[in-house]
Amino acid sequence: MTELGFAQDPATVGAASVVPGEPSPAARDEESARWLCGLRPGSTDRDEAIDRLHGLLLRAARREVVRRRASMPNVTWGELEIAAQESADDAVVAVLDRLASFEGRSRFTTWAYKFAVLNTSVTLRRLAWREREIPRDAGDWPLVIDLAPGPEEVAQGIDLASALRRAIYTQLTPHQREVIVALAVMGVPIDVLADRLGTSRGALYKTLHDARAALRRSLRDAGFLASAGKEDTP
Amino acid sequence: MSRPPAYRTVGLPLLIGADTPELGCDRCFDLLDVYVDTELAGDAADQTVPGMRAHLVGCPACAEEYRSLLDLARTPPTG
Repeated sequence: MTELGFAQDPATVGAASVVPGEPSPAARDEESARWLCGLRPGSTDRDEAIDRLHGLLLRAARREVVRRRASMPNVTWGELEIAAQESADDAVVAVLDRLASFEGRSRFTTWAYKFAVLNTSVTLRRLAWREREIPRDAGDWPLVIDLAPGPEEVAQGIDLASALRRAIYTQLTPHQREVIVALAVMGVPIDVLADRLGTSRGALYKTLHDARAALRRSLRDAGFLASAGKEDTP
Repeated sequence: MSRPPAYRTVGLPLLIGADTPELGCDRCFDLLDVYVDTELAGDAADQTVPGMRAHLVGCPACAEEYRSLLDLARTPPTG
C-alpha cells in the first residue's frame, strides 16, 4: 500500500496521482488532470466529480438522441429521454470501472464521451429495430452496385452485380451469407443483429471480414478486380 | 408485411471491404478517442491509429459513433 492508502495495482500506476493537486501523469492537459484527481478513489470531491461526470455524459446522450430523432419515428420522446438517462448512467459506471485504463492519449472528456456515445447508439438502434424482423435472405430483387470510389479497380456495374450475387450464394458459408446480407445489403445495425443471433459485435464483424475476403477472391478469380493483396490469402 | 424494394443499391466497399488491414469493432472503440482528438488537433490520425479508417469505411455502426464523438469533442454540449 502507498502511504496514502491506495493499493499499488499495476493497472492504476500512472492513472491517478497519489499527491492531491498534482497533475496526473496520465493526463495531457489540466482539465483532464482535474477530472482524474476528482474521480479517483479516495478523493474528497469524488461525489461532486461523479455528479459532474453524469451531467457531462447525459448532455452527450441527449445530443445523440436529437441527432437521430428523425430516423426513429416509432419511438416516443419519453422513451428517448429514458434511453438517454439510462445510457448516461451506464456510461458513468463504465468510466469509473475503467478509470485506471485511461492513458492520457486523448482528452479525458473525449475518452468519457465515447462510453456515452456507444451506450446511447446501441440503445437507440435497438429501439429503432425493436418491431422489425431481420431479413434472412437477399431475395430475388436486383442488386445494384454503387460504384462510388471504392478500394480497387473494377469492371462495369451490371456484370459485377451479377458476379457478386453469384458469389454470395456459392462462395460463402450459410452463416457468412446471413451476416453479409443482413449487415451490408439490408442495412441491419451490427449490434441489433448480434442481439438477435446471440453473439457479439466483434464476432459478427470477424464473420463479415471473412465473407468480404471470400467475395474479393471470387471477384478476382472472375477477373473483376486487380491482383490480390495480402489480406485475401486464404 | 411490407413489400420488398424494387432493387437494392449497395456501396461496393460495404460489400467487399478493402485489402488493407483494419481494426475490429472492439479495438476501434478502444482507440476512437485517440483517433478523434488527433484528428481535431490537425495531426495524422490515420498514422497514429492505423487500420481505423479502413474499419470506419466498412462498419456503419462504428462510423456513426465516430461522427458522434467527433461532433461532441469538437463542440461539447453546454448546460
